[in-house]
Amino acid sequence: MGVDLIFRIAAIGILVTVLNQLLIRSGREEQAMMTTLAGLIVVLLIIVREIAALFDTVKTIFRLN
Amino acid sequence: MEIIQIIGVGLVSTLIMLILRKQNPEIAVLVGMAAGAFIFLLIAAKLSAVVDQLEEYAARADIRPMYFTSVLKITGIAYIAEFGAEICRDAGEEAIASKIEMAGKVIIIAMAIPIITSLLDLVLKIMP
Repeated sequence: MGVDLIFRIAAIGILVTVLNQLLIRSGREEQAMMTTLAGLIVVLLIIVREIAALFDTVKTIFRLN
Repeated sequence: MEIIQIIGVGLVSTLIMLILRKQNPEIAVLVGMAAGAFIFLLIAAKLSAVVDQLEEYAARADIRPMYFTSVLKITGIAYIAEFGAEICRDAGEEAIASKIEMAGKVIIIAMAIPIITSLLDLVLKIMP
């Protein structure tokens, strides 16, 4: 929860980008696509908790529930 | 001083989004979402303190609680609809952003109808 979350996502993003380029250069485009998707899913899993926390906070603050 | 932390987080995530935007824009959008959520969570405590204080003022001025809570709900819906619409606009999806905003407006109007009806009743009562 916090700034390290954003840095973790950035690290995964950069890692996926590098892996993507590596795999494309070595001629394996499908695996490059796979790694991009995998990185995206990992980041999504991390972010889903944050967005859920945001929505719960908004619900409690604005009495929306 | 939360404001310093908020600006720091905002700038850092903007920079990260710029780096990631060229190769894979999906993760850039996700970083934007995470930054937005994190910044709101930073100010949530202060915001709820303000809202509780306003509620206490409304109670003291013996305004019917239904009015204040629906105004609060409308603000909440406006905020969250704007949050979603801006993220879609960031990702370049102008159409989806305007759909979200239109849906937000419809929900807000639907919530405002009880207030409008009670206002009209009041006006009719006052009219000779």
